[in-house]
Amino acid sequence: MAALRVWQRNATVYKRTWKLNILPNFFEPFLYLLGMGLGLGAYITEMEGLPYINFIAPGLLISSIMWGATLETTYNVFVKMNFDRIYDGILSTPINPKDLALGELFWGATRGTIYGGAFLSILFIFGMGLHWGILLIFPLIFIIGFMFATIGLLFTSMIKEIELFNYFFTLFLTPLFLFSGIFFPMGQLPQAVQIIAWFTPLYHGVELSRGIFNQVWSVELLEHLVWIIAVTFLNTMVVLRAIHKRLYN
Amino acid sequence: MEKPAAIIKAISLTKAYGALKAVNDVNFEIQPGTCFGFLGPNGAGKTTVMRMIYCVTPLTSGLLTVNGENVMENMSAVKRGIGVVTQDDSLDYDLNVINNLLVYARYYDLTRDQAVRRANELIEFFQLEEKRNENVRTLSGGMKRRLQIARALINKPSILILDEPSTGLDPQARHHVWAKCHELIEQGVTLLLTTHYMDEAEQLCDQIAVMDRGKIITEASPWDLIKSEVSPYVVEIRGEEKARQKILAAVSDRIDFHEALSDRLLLYTPDATPLHTHIQDMNIPVKTLLSRRSSLEDVFLKLTGRELID
Repeated sequence: MAALRVWQRNATVYKRTWKLNILPNFFEPFLYLLGMGLGLGAYITEMEGLPYINFIAPGLLISSIMWGATLETTYNVFVKMNFDRIYDGILSTPINPKDLALGELFWGATRGTIYGGAFLSILFIFGMGLHWGILLIFPLIFIIGFMFATIGLLFTSMIKEIELFNYFFTLFLTPLFLFSGIFFPMGQLPQAVQIIAWFTPLYHGVELSRGIFNQVWSVELLEHLVWIIAVTFLNTMVVLRAIHKRLYN
Repeated sequence: MEKPAAIIKAISLTKAYGALKAVNDVNFEIQPGTCFGFLGPNGAGKTTVMRMIYCVTPLTSGLLTVNGENVMENMSAVKRGIGVVTQDDSLDYDLNVINNLLVYARYYDLTRDQAVRRANELIEFFQLEEKRNENVRTLSGGMKRRLQIARALINKPSILILDEPSTGLDPQARHHVWAKCHELIEQGVTLLLTTHYMDEAEQLCDQIAVMDRGKIITEASPWDLIKSEVSPYVVEIRGEEKARQKILAAVSDRIDFHEALSDRLLLYTPDATPLHTHIQDMNIPVKTLLSRRSSLEDVFLKLTGRELID
């Protein structure tokens, strides 16, 4: 309940500004599909038996959730915690640090879902994923959002300087974006890279999403889902403790 | 008459950061419906005591109860009964004035109706009607502080904590805040404040604990502190050091005690007029010679041997 209060606070703020900042969320997928799908797709007509645009779209959807959720629990949380002192105000009420962290995680997942939802709606307009199996993508969008919210918040709980987020985005998220099988199949990379990829979060989301979009149902999809849920759960436990330690001292 | 049960009680309260003891074995009891002040310079440990009371800093050792609840065991219950005005402005700058109150009411699980009614009462009480829908950034310093106090009162707490309530305010705004504090005390709210302003402590507090380097050095009512620690009057002399020394030597048998500071000499006496006249008659040139009532500042100076600097 207390976590819901924190979520509601963010929703109240967002209600005032969403009209201003939601438009880019629709343009981004449009530009990606236009540039990479149609532009690059003119040269790469097919990948793993799919038109190139259909190959990259499910992965790009997942990466947009990643950017949305992590932006929320990195920069936005850092500013609320250290510059605007909003958490000082919240924590002097019955809200405790773990409630606060959980509320921010749900809010991060919500923002990720908004990014993903906007992206998905553009894919539908392009005629992609118009089948009943696509219903599975909705809970997946939220879970992926939650997972990346925990990853962003964990990094935020460890740093004291806002500049350090550059490392998180450039050395962690950008490599994930490029090497998680969004633009080319992981099978063509060396074995070592594939093993590393297995340990990273975006890869599993991309594989799941592509399976759902193209209705390639296999046991491997379940394996990816279990990986995502397990990591999200464990990371939530870790990050709640980390925020508690940071804010109660 | 028997004293009522303390609303806040601290026994051997200690907070250590590594080797540094920010609060060192402190004991106090606060009676309901009174105003209790922690007085001391920056770094004395006042804010840390406050933070332990409203459960954002854990105790290293000791026992602290608020409204009968242990602060280490039932944090949410303790916090439900306390309103907090932090030293640094912690208003929500992403929201306007009314929403600062309404969103805060949600943290206490007030219903929408309760929240709206209470927010309107508080906006009126703190004279913020004109700024109701304005962004918090557009408020003056005094208005921001009033809004912070209003926000702290949203759940009708029995205890209001004010961490340096008038720091950074102009004189008019300070008096406005003090007047509101007096009204709250009359309404039965227990006030707990930290300050390094002596006049603020004298104006508001029934009881004062003087803190220095993590310890409470003494605790009493403002008047008792002045009566017991210093003499009722001070004659204050500024001027060349030689002149000051000469005067001190000449009057040392007529005073209770003195403080020789870097820039002035303070002579404590039960009656200022004869001493003042005596010094004037000595015809030693000084920059200023004035007599005044003793204040808490003098108490602090005597207890810690240090001047109180903001």
